[in-house]
Amino acid sequence: MSEDTDATNGPDGGWFDGLDPEDDDAAAAIIEGRAETPRGWPTLAVDSGFADDTDDYYDRLRAAATRATRRTVRERERADDRQLIHAVRAMDDCERTANEVAERATEWAGAIFDTAPTGVDGARDVAAREPNEAAERRAVSLATRAVDLADERDELSAYIERTAPSVAPNLSAMAGPELAARLIALAGGLEPLAKKPSGTVQVLGAEDALFAHLAGRAPSPKHGVIYTHDFVRNTRPADRGSAARAFAGKLTLAARVDHYSGELRAELHEDLRERIATIRARADSERADTEGVSADE
Amino acid sequence: MSETSERLPAGVERRSIEGRSRLATRGEPVYGEPTADGWRTWDPNRSKLGAMIELGMDHGLVGDETVLYLGAAAGTTVSHVADFAGPTYAVEFAARPARDLLSAAETRDRLIPLLKDARRPETYGHVVEADVDAIIQDVATRGQAAVAVRNARFLAPDGRLLLAVKARSEDVTDAPAAVFERTLDRLRDRYEIRETERLDPYHEDHLGVIATLR
Repeated sequence: MSEDTDATNGPDGGWFDGLDPEDDDAAAAIIEGRAETPRGWPTLAVDSGFADDTDDYYDRLRAAATRATRRTVRERERADDRQLIHAVRAMDDCERTANEVAERATEWAGAIFDTAPTGVDGARDVAAREPNEAAERRAVSLATRAVDLADERDELSAYIERTAPSVAPNLSAMAGPELAARLIALAGGLEPLAKKPSGTVQVLGAEDALFAHLAGRAPSPKHGVIYTHDFVRNTRPADRGSAARAFAGKLTLAARVDHYSGELRAELHEDLRERIATIRARADSERADTEGVSADE
Repeated sequence: MSETSERLPAGVERRSIEGRSRLATRGEPVYGEPTADGWRTWDPNRSKLGAMIELGMDHGLVGDETVLYLGAAAGTTVSHVADFAGPTYAVEFAARPARDLLSAAETRDRLIPLLKDARRPETYGHVVEADVDAIIQDVATRGQAAVAVRNARFLAPDGRLLLAVKARSEDVTDAPAAVFERTLDRLRDRYEIRETERLDPYHEDHLGVIATLR
């Protein structure tokens, strides 16, 4: 090759310039380096002694590029956990506010129009009306705000459904995207969640009950926000503590795998299903005792 | 469609898979595609390059070439390219599909995954070598022609650009034919257009383009 073989350290050199072939910095060089003009890098790398031959060069390049890509993918997806936290909090705000404004709007509309359905569905009815005078215009307009907020809540929910599986694939597969997002939000991020003991994850979202317990005013809470999941809620009350403990244990493992590796681990999910099945089988073996116990606590 | 004179790159064959003659390459399956005797189906419905080959466009690929692939996504098409080509640089900017791309690259020792923005070639000019034999482009962003023009710096003087233009990525409201015309005009800054063909019925509102450097 007739090109200049003196591959010097500079803004327009190859990624391998100045690198020890065994160096882990190779990934950083791929990520951070730049060059306006490409050159015959394989030949230059061999000539400079970085690689023995072009086969060796491509082996090294592929290893470094793979590490670089894996690292950047993980960093980007981790950064997405911030967006997820905002989204889940905003979704709750929208839902609460939509309901409040819908109540007000439908109450007002009830005083003006004949029919007075309540809630967000009622607000949708009111928003579709044609107002004839000033008070009607205000009531219809207010109902429209409630509907917009409810729609925004649904959009945020859809965003969470899409985003959570890439931020935390195992946690989302296990808990569902929304609960995964709530756990991440309550912990303050995926990394803090991954570092919490499973006993803490079990009662995330039940802080009031936990502090009442610590102050000696209440029994220890069996579960926090994970109560919303079928594994806990649809296990009979007597076994809910066991189910919550088992579920929290696996969620903690899932969060750790998501934070440290990001690979989907099927066996984690199998283990949990078996564990919950075992806990629920207790009810079958004691069926006589549990007859008549309602699903609510 | 499949005349005997058809020129397939070495490493791409028509094989009978599940009772039908289909394009196929040899390699580990990537996305659950049907396989037979170590050959994996290259489905033109899932791959624009597959459609361009299926439609008999003059792709000029012979096998074992050096390829820059822009818009590798989850690796569906680029995995087939790496099966028959030589060093294959796979550029993808979105983190989520790049995860699947990494899995596809695991069993392909000349597939080089790069998490980079194809609109900014200076961020990978220190990695991707000069004079690649082919640039294959399938990016679903606005400014597809600009991406091809900016990446022309990597192409060998006798190399080819194999481009799939998605009309709806440029303008969802405008007629595809108008979008294609504008895209080709912009491409002519750097390229000579050799052949164009709509990728229907495999991909609606897509234009396959084969071009060489001017």
